[in-house]
Amino acid sequence: MSDPVSALKGARHAGLVEVRETGLGGMITLRGDLDSDAIKSAVKSVTGADVPALRKIALGDAGAAAWMSPDELLLLVDYAEADAVVAKLDEALVGTHYMATNVSDARACFSVSGEAAREVMGKLAPVDFSAAKFGAGDFRRSRLAQVAAAFWMDDAGAFHIVCFRSVGQYMFDLLKVASHPQSAVGVY
Amino acid sequence: MSTRLAKQGRLIDRSKQVEFTFNGTTLKGYEGDTLASALLANDQMLVGRSFKYHRPRGIVASGAEEPNALVGLGSNRRYEPNQRATTTELFAGLEAKSQNHWPSLEFDVGEINSKLFARFLPAGFYYKMFIHPKPFWKHVYEPFIRKSAGLGAAPDKELVDADTYEHFYFFTDVLVIGGGVAGLQAAKTAAATGAKVLVLEEKSFWGGRAPVDGGEIEGLAAEDWIAKTLEELGAMDNVTLRDRCMGAGVYDHGYVLGYERLTDHAPEAGGPRHRLWRIRATQVVTATGAIERPLSFAGNDVPGVMLAASMRDYIVNWGVMPGQKVVIATNNDDAYRTALAVHAAGGEVVRVVDARENGGGKLADEVRALGIRVENGRAIAKVKDGKRVTKVALCAQNGEGGAREEIEADAVAMSGGWSPVVHLWSHCGGKLNWDAANAHFAPDPDRAPTSHDGKPFVVTAGSASGPLGLGAVMADAAAAGAKAAEAAGRPAQAVAEIATNDVAEAQMEAVWFMPAKADIQLRMKSWLDYQNDVKVSDVQLAAREGYESVEHTKRYTTLGMATDQGKLSNINGLAVLADSLNSEIPQVGTTTFRPPYHPISMGAIGGEARGEVFQPLRRTPMHDWHEANGADFEPVGHWRRPYAFVRGGESVHDAVNREVRNTRENLGLLDASTLGKLVVKGPDAGKFLDMMYTNMMSNLKIGKCRYGLMCSENGFLMDDGVVARIDEDTWLCHTTTGGAERIHGHMEEWLQTEWYDWKVYVTNVTEQLAQVAVVGPNARKVLEKLNAQAGGGMDVSKEALPFMEWRDGEIGGFKARAYRISFSGELSYEIAVSASEGQAFWNALYEAGKEFGVMPYGTEALHILRAEKGFIMIGDETDGTVIPQDLNLQWALSKKKEDFLGKRAHTRSHMADPDRWKLVGLETVDGSVLPDGAYAVGNGVNANGQKNTIGRVTSTYYSANLGRGIAMGLVKHGPKRMGEIIEFPGTDGTIYKAKIVDPVFYDKEGEKQNV
Amino acid sequence: MLMLHCPFCDEYVEETELQAGGEAHLKRFGPGSSDDEFHDYLFTRENPKGVHFELWRHINGCGKWFIAARCTVTLEVFGTYPANCTEPPQWIKDKISEKRPGWTWREFAG
Repeated sequence: MSDPVSALKGARHAGLVEVRETGLGGMITLRGDLDSDAIKSAVKSVTGADVPALRKIALGDAGAAAWMSPDELLLLVDYAEADAVVAKLDEALVGTHYMATNVSDARACFSVSGEAAREVMGKLAPVDFSAAKFGAGDFRRSRLAQVAAAFWMDDAGAFHIVCFRSVGQYMFDLLKVASHPQSAVGVY
Repeated sequence: MSTRLAKQGRLIDRSKQVEFTFNGTTLKGYEGDTLASALLANDQMLVGRSFKYHRPRGIVASGAEEPNALVGLGSNRRYEPNQRATTTELFAGLEAKSQNHWPSLEFDVGEINSKLFARFLPAGFYYKMFIHPKPFWKHVYEPFIRKSAGLGAAPDKELVDADTYEHFYFFTDVLVIGGGVAGLQAAKTAAATGAKVLVLEEKSFWGGRAPVDGGEIEGLAAEDWIAKTLEELGAMDNVTLRDRCMGAGVYDHGYVLGYERLTDHAPEAGGPRHRLWRIRATQVVTATGAIERPLSFAGNDVPGVMLAASMRDYIVNWGVMPGQKVVIATNNDDAYRTALAVHAAGGEVVRVVDARENGGGKLADEVRALGIRVENGRAIAKVKDGKRVTKVALCAQNGEGGAREEIEADAVAMSGGWSPVVHLWSHCGGKLNWDAANAHFAPDPDRAPTSHDGKPFVVTAGSASGPLGLGAVMADAAAAGAKAAEAAGRPAQAVAEIATNDVAEAQMEAVWFMPAKADIQLRMKSWLDYQNDVKVSDVQLAAREGYESVEHTKRYTTLGMATDQGKLSNINGLAVLADSLNSEIPQVGTTTFRPPYHPISMGAIGGEARGEVFQPLRRTPMHDWHEANGADFEPVGHWRRPYAFVRGGESVHDAVNREVRNTRENLGLLDASTLGKLVVKGPDAGKFLDMMYTNMMSNLKIGKCRYGLMCSENGFLMDDGVVARIDEDTWLCHTTTGGAERIHGHMEEWLQTEWYDWKVYVTNVTEQLAQVAVVGPNARKVLEKLNAQAGGGMDVSKEALPFMEWRDGEIGGFKARAYRISFSGELSYEIAVSASEGQAFWNALYEAGKEFGVMPYGTEALHILRAEKGFIMIGDETDGTVIPQDLNLQWALSKKKEDFLGKRAHTRSHMADPDRWKLVGLETVDGSVLPDGAYAVGNGVNANGQKNTIGRVTSTYYSANLGRGIAMGLVKHGPKRMGEIIEFPGTDGTIYKAKIVDPVFYDKEGEKQNV
Repeated sequence: MLMLHCPFCDEYVEETELQAGGEAHLKRFGPGSSDDEFHDYLFTRENPKGVHFELWRHINGCGKWFIAARCTVTLEVFGTYPANCTEPPQWIKDKISEKRPGWTWREFAG
């Protein structure tokens, strides 16, 4: 058994914003009836978080749960725990129609922090990043330039981006280009 | 003579002189100049040559409507043709070159040609001239047209643009396009409601024409009101102001493109050159102003003839006097402001000719009071040809141009009235009304463009709506701002009256020909479209030849088809056409206004997508290793897969042959991570997969694998792959590399739109797993060695893990799932580990495999190995028209199932036709390799006299294992014609002869994979 | 470029987040259907000037399919709703009738 490595091994870039590949995180795709008590309590038991509202991410003491679609959550847990969490979900949800899949290694994750974070995101995604429309705890799936991505904002105002692992290099390069020091837009 | 004035010039900073070059000559200007104002300050009247006749041309306008002053800017990697001098801000070191002349701007051969041949270049010249004789097209006409088409030279294709570009998405309640006094007032009114407002101004300065034209707003001089309003708007959190940013196009549902020029005026600044704003606005206010029209008199294109208001701009804004002796021709009062400006700056107005019999109002009186000679009912008969204005012949407007009086002058200012800039209003369907009094088309507010809710989303403000007087402009702008804010969901507000002070003007009168009955000699020299060289006589000729539709006339004459899209010429052209057709202008109608308003750079459209982020390249977890080990990559969708691993001294072909042989003889490793992997789970998953695949998947035993085919609803093969049953309600479906997202989407579509009550979930786990195919006689040995090193692991023996089964466990200490499947016919394991451990697992296999002769192999070896075994490849043997029966895959079509996607289609008459081409193997008689895609010909000819085709090659390779070319193809009645030799004519003239054989070339009994 | 309301995400999203899926509410014909029925199911499509129903997928988003009722002439969108139904729900029919009285589309009418 070797040490697992993330797509970009923690690459960083500082420009208008700081871009960081945040390494491996535990991620589980959970599909099921999000209104059901079984899912609610299962999510709570493995992350400590409630089932999030539409386009939100809910934080718990052992992880977080993000709204991906009407029948899909993305659960964020410790990387090392991901398989164990899937096993726990399998146990908790036995007999219901659901699907829990470890997708931790299928993803590349980035953070974008700094005052210009909203602007840098606004160069790549067709989403309104004004403070009135996107705040801490908001979660959105969209595209960044030419690839699908999900992102949310944390309490410190940093964005967290999740995309497919195979396009991790593209995403990093994209964020690098968009955060050119002399490319401030100056609207947020 | 055009000179810099000692004083004036509100936009230039005389303390900051800058040097630039024009055609290699160093000239001086000031910061704040445009290239046009700086050229005029240096008496550079001649700035280019016209497109067709190579006539000398000078600067006509002061803004974006300029048709003539197009130059090539910059050099090498920053060279760009066709840039308007009037909108190019001057900076130190700017390099400009005039265009469309040879050998030089001053002496041009084309001009002489045009003097000789002008009568051969009438309207529709291209259509008439280049039809016969036919062979001339390719060798004479086309090269000639290509050489003369376009204006400036295209940049060198080898030189990559040095600059970068970007996009920016922005959302706003109200977008105001245009930062003149109307735009600022509309923004102010809208912003007062709390609406989020974005204001775009294409120039580097705010306020538009008002400071030049004079007048007072709310008791302040226009310039002061602008400064105060900008300050107020700038202090508001809900307002964003952007200058150097053009509203380029208005599209469906409030989508608007803004074109921001960040460093065109400061190329050394760094950062992106242009930013394309992709704006979603709930409401759009177009405060785009109006454009002055030229007058159609002979010689109206001679350098020194310019629009009256533009001449005023040069004097007031940039302190440049375009002529010392100025003749002014007009049909309205506004041009008298130019007379006043010329006079105030110390120039001489030698004559004002007002085409109106009754002349102008108060402004005309003011001009007369200065002692300037003003003549009513008079016209310009002709401006003498040349490289600058020298003499102007005057005549009565209501005549044919006789009884001329010739006077000396060095500049002419002309005004044919004003047309609102309706482009942005019209882009998305806003309709226009003809305003006969002002002789222009103005937006019809009752027929505005509508958005997703069916309600209007564009409102015009100021002179873009039609009114020209300052009072009317400000009232209209305030009303527009309020209307837009309310339509964007803000509270309604009463609009306070805005006090203005401006001069009442006499009514303009339309003048479409000057003089009214100009003879043919004059009409042949009266330009409508300067850039495309279209004259009054051309439009009249088009009308005589039956081009009655304005859209046809446009294309026939090329009127309005140049890069300025007819901003100056369209209305005058329409009027001439209407006159020729004895019709009215509104009946003739306008051509379509299309975005962008002015040309925008291709770089801005591409945005960040260039260089390393031109497109996403997908990399497997082992990509870096491949790169470091000689991989010659090939694109497979967005993936990059090694085609072969080339060693020193080897050709790619050598490498492929080595890999093919080694995999059969020893041990090959293939990075199969790109193969799609979809997990399908739920109580109805089996039922669902039975619909998706042509064969039965619901009865697959847990732990086993089955090769499956997928057809589209109309029966054609769309994908294939191995399906594994994981547990009671879970299956894992492999797809082709290109199929992962497509098949995932296909499954979701059926689950969501047809069988939405079935309980099935699908998750795409393609990228969760790194997958390695361990292939060859030594495959088991290397896995057993890894397990031995790790002190135990999965039993990979024939008995414990038989062919077409899978197991979970550990291999070499890695958590793995191993499939005993083979796409090569060899002993083969496909092993999936987590993507994060993919490289480490690959390394372990490679190290352990050294003693067994391990070599990585690429996609070409993969293709050859499968072709040797007669296995089909989606995309080679299939092309969207091939059904499983064509490939002898009937065995994979379930007869037990009542239904599956494609089943009904297979019973359609053409699908069941016994004459369909079917898969066979092909062996050339001489062992050579058949050309890919070659067609086999049979007896007889088709309706076109071509030989009948009876088949085609779908895959063809050199097999190093067999030492000869092998191929597969689809041949009519092929399987019944074994042993027959058929002919494939190649594109090289050779006839390739090949024997029809069984498609399995190697190990026909399949003994090697099942050991 | 269209903006459509994703009924699942409750958000107006632009066309670059969407995938077009063609005509909505097709009735599938499988084995046992006549040649004409199957042919029409596969190939015969409406091409209306006016009210139209079409499938869209929020592909760069929640991944769900929905149906948009819109006017092909003005691009007015009458509404969007999840694709898990065989015919337009009554509320959308009513909404279209408000704006386009007397509308018809295939076998459906206001």
